[in-house]
Amino acid sequence: MKVTFPHMGNLSLTAETLLRGIGLEVVVPPPCTKKTLSLGVQHSPEFACLPLKINLGNYLEAYEQGADTALMVGGIGPCRIGYYGAIQQEILRDLGIKMNLIVLEPPDAHPRELWDKIKHLKQVSWRQVVAAIKLTWHKTRSMDLLEEKALILRAKEAKKGSIDSLLSQARTRLQSTDSIPRIKEITRDYLALMDDVALSEEFRPVKIVLVGEIYTVLEPFVNLNLEKHLNSLGVEVLRPLFLSSWINEHLLGGLLNIEGTKRAPGLAKPYLNSFVGGHGRETIGSAVQYAQKGVDGVIQIAPLTCMPEIVAHSVLPSVTEEYGIPALTLYVDEQTGEAGLLTRLEAFVDMIRYRQRRSS
Amino acid sequence: MKETMFLGIDVGSVSTNLVLIDQAGNLIDKTYLRTKGQPIATVQTGLAQLNEKWHNTVEIAGAGTTGSARHLVSILVGADIVKNEITAHAIAASELVPGVQTVLEIGGQDSKLIILRDGIVTDFAMNTVCAAGTGSFLDQQAGRLGLPIEEFGNLALKAQNPVRIAGRCTVFAESDMIHKQQMGHGLEEIIAGLCQALVRNFLSNLGKGKEILGPIVFQGGVAANAGIRDAFTKALGTEVIVPEHYDVMGAIGMAVLAREEWLKGKNTSFKGFDCAHYAFRQSGFECQDCPNSCEVIQIKQDQAIIARWGDRCGKWSNLKAVGTGA
Repeated sequence: MKVTFPHMGNLSLTAETLLRGIGLEVVVPPPCTKKTLSLGVQHSPEFACLPLKINLGNYLEAYEQGADTALMVGGIGPCRIGYYGAIQQEILRDLGIKMNLIVLEPPDAHPRELWDKIKHLKQVSWRQVVAAIKLTWHKTRSMDLLEEKALILRAKEAKKGSIDSLLSQARTRLQSTDSIPRIKEITRDYLALMDDVALSEEFRPVKIVLVGEIYTVLEPFVNLNLEKHLNSLGVEVLRPLFLSSWINEHLLGGLLNIEGTKRAPGLAKPYLNSFVGGHGRETIGSAVQYAQKGVDGVIQIAPLTCMPEIVAHSVLPSVTEEYGIPALTLYVDEQTGEAGLLTRLEAFVDMIRYRQRRSS
Repeated sequence: MKETMFLGIDVGSVSTNLVLIDQAGNLIDKTYLRTKGQPIATVQTGLAQLNEKWHNTVEIAGAGTTGSARHLVSILVGADIVKNEITAHAIAASELVPGVQTVLEIGGQDSKLIILRDGIVTDFAMNTVCAAGTGSFLDQQAGRLGLPIEEFGNLALKAQNPVRIAGRCTVFAESDMIHKQQMGHGLEEIIAGLCQALVRNFLSNLGKGKEILGPIVFQGGVAANAGIRDAFTKALGTEVIVPEHYDVMGAIGMAVLAREEWLKGKNTSFKGFDCAHYAFRQSGFECQDCPNSCEVIQIKQDQAIIARWGDRCGKWSNLKAVGTGA
């Protein structure tokens, strides 16, 4: 059995570590490219949102490299993702592709579910499993901590690319180690190296919080490198959604002391007092949370036709009006041209700077 | 003694506009050309036209570019400031209509709604994945009906009872128009219905949750269309101002910003009207150094590479531009 999974930002680091750790053979799909998109779009229903299409492209590319099983998360509530596993399985079957899709369904998404679905795992010891989960967790958390810092510092780096090259070195090192003390060491070292990067002087950065649907927030291929563009416009990007915060909140019951979107449902209450599916409520709650922290603006991103985010989009003005900050909503679909995105981001940042100048 | 002036260039999907303003901000000259997918050649044509008229009497002390080809063109001409269209349009509107609080702008592929308060942009919206209701669609419909685009809007004003046309999506709008034609509705009624549908779409798509207050300025190429102007006035229930130079507002905004740079004491890097005659060549390649496969674009002036962009890592764009003029 050779297992694969869809890409979503740094998810491949997490998934690869976990699956290898429990003794499975893993095929990491090639990075998302225009080919992935074309394959996905060609075989998906036109009305589906972008995540389904790109996931499917990932499976098909992984299949070419020998994968015969794919992991996918399911879901409950109004977000269509709950239905996607089933659709993707049907599409693969229609294409005559012998690939088994294992769908992990919340609310009972639990490592044990994997057990019931993958026979091989019955031979794996609990000890090995626990070790794999621990290792995976540390890698995931480290990567997120490094990225969180990069999202701030990249806005101010004196030489373009300094932070990115550190980040990719760190990622390669994390990928190739299996020791938790070593992971901690890499994290410490690279956080320090980032702190040492020369920054431009006399710089008043703009702070923007990025909220929205998790897949489009985390996957740079679909959000057209939104965060890097913002950074290069001199914007510090704050992001409540990280893979590790999602795992903490959804799989570990919020046990660990990671802020993430834990408080979001409570903060969203005066504006949106209902679970609207996906991350709609988190979008509103996080906007409130970061507005209270004093960010200069909110950017919401979602795949076109995403219902939960459409609801959040229409509620967002009541939050931003109350806190007196602007919001920009971006819907992404098949386009790969970045010029239109850049125009909107530039205008948004310009507007914030004019407002700052007036108020100072 | 040559007179000091400022050049603004707006290279959009459909039109390329160049303007000259003097130190007091008066518009001295403007050109409006169709881009026809060739931004470099079109800008050079525009520069050549201005050169012919002004090279003996005018000294350019600052230049600014905007529009979707703003970065490309800024390198060709040596611009002092490069800005997105939203900022450029807002600057021009508040320069020409002091106190403006709302700008409606409809161009070839884009439509924008800009909210200003006390001369500063406080909110904006721009169409994202759909170009319903922009100039290109009106062009196409005028063509289909065999009408010159200039007359299209005036016909709408003659309508007694505009028919209802679906404005959400241009594909559906077109089939709705055809169905109504086949049922026997008059041309004027249908065109007026289309204008109302586009305005409805604009306001519900971009105006969501925004406070539209007067003075309202309507600009961009589509502001020439009397039918759309009328539909906006009716839908908003208030007067809509169309400035005299509504079709070159982006370029005016950039000239104003270039003047600001000059007032701050910046020496211009404008290459002179002569760049109308330089040989620029653009070429591209796909970088194979990592799986991102970025499409890198490079611009050559004569034999020297003057700029590269399109790479995510910055490897190519960070390379020091080789040769002269950069």
